Amino acid sequence: MTTIDPKSPAAEGAPADRYLEYSAIDTGYRAVRWHEKTLYEQSRPGSTNAILPAVEKGIVDAVGDVVAALPAAARRARPPEMPELSEPEILRHYIRCSQMTYGYDSGNSMGLGTCTMKYSPRINEQLAALPEVKALHPLQPEETIQGILEIMYGMRNWLCELAGMDEVTFQPRGGGHGAFTDACMIRAYHHARGEDFRDEIITCAVSHPCNPATASAAGFKVISLYPDEVTGELGIDALRAAISDRTAGIMMTAPYDTGVFDSQIAEYARLVHEAGGVVSLDQANFNGVMTRMRAGDLGADMVHFNLHKTFSTPHGSYGPGAGAVAVKKAFRDFLPVPVVEFDGSRYHLNSDLSNSIGKVGTFMGMVPNVVKAYAWVLAMGAEGLREASEWAVINNNYLIKKLLEVRGLDISWPNRRKLQEARFSLAKLHDETGVGTLDFNYRLADFGVQTYFESHVPRIVPEPVTPEPTESISKEDVDQFVAAFHHISAEAYSNPEIVLTAPHRSIVHREIHDYENLTQVPFTWRVWKRTHPDG
Amino acid sequence: MSAGLVHRYIPNTAPGVREQMLAEIGVGSVDEIYEEIPAELRFAGRLDLQQEPRSEADVAREITAILGKNRTTDDLLSFLGAGCWPHYAPALVAEVMGRSEFLTAYGGIEVNDHGRFLAVFEYQSMMGDLLEMDVVAAAVYDGTTASGDAIHMASRITGRKELVLPRLMDPDRLSALLNYNGPWFTPVFVEFDPATGLMDLADLTAKLSDRTAAVYLENPTYLGTVETQAAEISRIAHAAGALLIAHVNPASLGVLAPPGQYDADIACGDGQPLGLPISCGGARLGVLACKNEVRFVHTLPMTMVGILPTTVPGERAYTWHALFDRIFYGEREAARSFSGTSSFLNAIGAGVYMALLGPSGMVDLGTANMQKAAYAARRIGGLQGVKAPVFAGPHFNEFVVDFSGTGKSAAEVNAALLERGILGGKDVTKEFPALGAAALYCVTENHTQSEIDRLVDAIGEVTR
Repeated sequence: MTTIDPKSPAAEGAPADRYLEYSAIDTGYRAVRWHEKTLYEQSRPGSTNAILPAVEKGIVDAVGDVVAALPAAARRARPPEMPELSEPEILRHYIRCSQMTYGYDSGNSMGLGTCTMKYSPRINEQLAALPEVKALHPLQPEETIQGILEIMYGMRNWLCELAGMDEVTFQPRGGGHGAFTDACMIRAYHHARGEDFRDEIITCAVSHPCNPATASAAGFKVISLYPDEVTGELGIDALRAAISDRTAGIMMTAPYDTGVFDSQIAEYARLVHEAGGVVSLDQANFNGVMTRMRAGDLGADMVHFNLHKTFSTPHGSYGPGAGAVAVKKAFRDFLPVPVVEFDGSRYHLNSDLSNSIGKVGTFMGMVPNVVKAYAWVLAMGAEGLREASEWAVINNNYLIKKLLEVRGLDISWPNRRKLQEARFSLAKLHDETGVGTLDFNYRLADFGVQTYFESHVPRIVPEPVTPEPTESISKEDVDQFVAAFHHISAEAYSNPEIVLTAPHRSIVHREIHDYENLTQVPFTWRVWKRTHPDG
Repeated sequence: MSAGLVHRYIPNTAPGVREQMLAEIGVGSVDEIYEEIPAELRFAGRLDLQQEPRSEADVAREITAILGKNRTTDDLLSFLGAGCWPHYAPALVAEVMGRSEFLTAYGGIEVNDHGRFLAVFEYQSMMGDLLEMDVVAAAVYDGTTASGDAIHMASRITGRKELVLPRLMDPDRLSALLNYNGPWFTPVFVEFDPATGLMDLADLTAKLSDRTAAVYLENPTYLGTVETQAAEISRIAHAAGALLIAHVNPASLGVLAPPGQYDADIACGDGQPLGLPISCGGARLGVLACKNEVRFVHTLPMTMVGILPTTVPGERAYTWHALFDRIFYGEREAARSFSGTSSFLNAIGAGVYMALLGPSGMVDLGTANMQKAAYAARRIGGLQGVKAPVFAGPHFNEFVVDFSGTGKSAAEVNAALLERGILGGKDVTKEFPALGAAALYCVTENHTQSEIDRLVDAIGEVTR
């Protein structure tokens, strides 16, 4: 790891970065870079904010000091050592933190592949913040929440239609949670049939890691197949070899995170079904195929959608998301409860499904995100959904065409056209210049665009780069991203040091992973304080 | 073919862009690219969806009209809690959570996203102070999945096969825990003292063995009582070589003993009461924390923001990179977990809440909840034929009311209260038949004395 002289222009973050100063792709970006102290370091003991209502005298007189009456062992012995600051100081701190954060709205986030970064319409935020959503309790009687049930039921119908499925649950709180729900239903399905011996789930190494991880959390052994070097597909022979009488099912992403659509997927579904297994398709990459392909038509028994990806609900700095699971009729009975039903005049919550796996989380799930997703589909219509997918695909193929002109960059499975995203490789650049994908990514931050996603593991493609230009991205955004790649590649070949020491104009410099185990990394201020008494 | 559609959310739909980009790609139409999907798998039908896009104004009007069919807790006086608690939400929490950068960021790294990592680190730190625990996860999905993660850690750490749980717990949470941990554990239930609702310590001792991975306690319990024996339970669990997992309500920790004080190994809970709206159960924050020991930190199945040095001496990087090898992003099936995109925005919001209240505000919060709930329970318990609280001993902000003595069921009482504009407590008759015509009432700092008095009068009326 190169150490930068703190007095150098690079460390100062710098107008003096003259490699950019006269460049055609200079956006003028200088990261907002406050030397912001933590709330703890700003704390002024004794500061308080009267936020909560005072307890009425009538109540205090009636019940007395209930806290003092607690047995000593049940009472807090010492006050929490939290910071103490006034309201305006707290707001200023968080505003500064937000200024040092690159949201989707801040610029060009097309680098974050597999994330489906798209515009989150503000009208949807306003609707979900209405008291008719925000001030509802999930245990209210059905007759008082007919509006929210109508929206959930409407969204259920639309997802069923888009997926070619028959029923939906919104209980899972994210994509991984949705995949886990699938795994639990597969387990319950075989159990109900007296086939507990089915304990293997087959997946693909270029499916999202949540597929193997949640299968394993549900108690299955996982068999990971690798994509063919030429086609990028699993292949019938490999799948046949993996299938046995212990096969519980297959859990895979379609299209893959590589942008390849596995053309034999319906045949895989047929083979798995023939062997008595269940087919779960992760629709995290649905954004490129809306109205063009329905998982149910391919033979899937169950799918999950990420409402925070395809359906525009905001990513929230890493959640709250929402994972909607849709299933075929045969699996309806296994869904988590409750499900929303409609009798022609009223909406109901049905918790009485005979084989239900019960609960995977609290209440009915991330209801505000269902409202936002519903508003988004309403704004798009079927025509808009189709248009959005087409643009995700056009933008990606335009990006591929342009990016392949960058020196030192290749694409995996070059003979295949890609749908929503593609996995590129900087292996050649690395071999020829010593600049790897991490260096490249750090340098990209200097250009005022968001860094890119490299790859999930296993890293089948060396020095990977995985952008995803969704329909919210403009041609100009793609051109800007490509121009930055050309610029950095040229630097790598002419003056690699500038890339190897990047970023230069960002909020912080490269982190150093110099610890033996994670207990040496402070994850709370109390640990930092203990291990760094001098600050 | 929808060429010609110009959509406000899609910049490239401006006229002429499509032709230009398709020409660059070298295809005549996007359909040529979609040939990657075999013809027989391409959907050619018409979806039963509204076809045309709608304007923003139309979307707003339609959804507002549908939502108008709801009756909210702004209009109805609500005493529902049971895991979704109605607390006051300070204006600053919504302001910060609404900041576009926090709202829409996602997968970036510290060089661009340093601010959100700092904000999450501060959430972890303040939560660590409240819990008196050294290591706090950035956020997991909700309190229930946090319990699932805690149990899962105990399984991986100890390799033991039995999990000891209180008999009196939320059946929904139990169901989720068994889904998550079913393959790894046999649940063993500890009976409760019928007078207090707390764990029967003799039964606990009898059920512990060298097969016990962990004892899981809830404090306050699902039915609102303070588990005053937590320190003793901890001692008993540890003596058997088992871990102690404490599921707590963070809003109680200004006054109740934090898990660190009674030597819990893993703490979990839901951060919703820290300034997050009830939102039909949607706004959740899974709290997960542990001791700073290798066996805990390495099995904690979620991201954490830590401080690392950078290439510039003295500079701190707040980063989530000290993590990926450990969770499923690094280990795939070996991680045996289900936590991906979780609840960072809610963690940031809860951080704002804790910062605003500070240590003295957290004490005030806990005190007010205990006082108001005690007042409500005492007054309701004074009504003819109504028993409240059903359990003896201190409660936090919930308590069980038994209407058996009035000849009315909990459902009948709730229906009659609704006619008077009141949402009574959660009917727990089916969940716990032994408790009688029982409902779980929640009273927080946000209920006024006159609202409580109104409830008491209404219960008096409908049970007469």
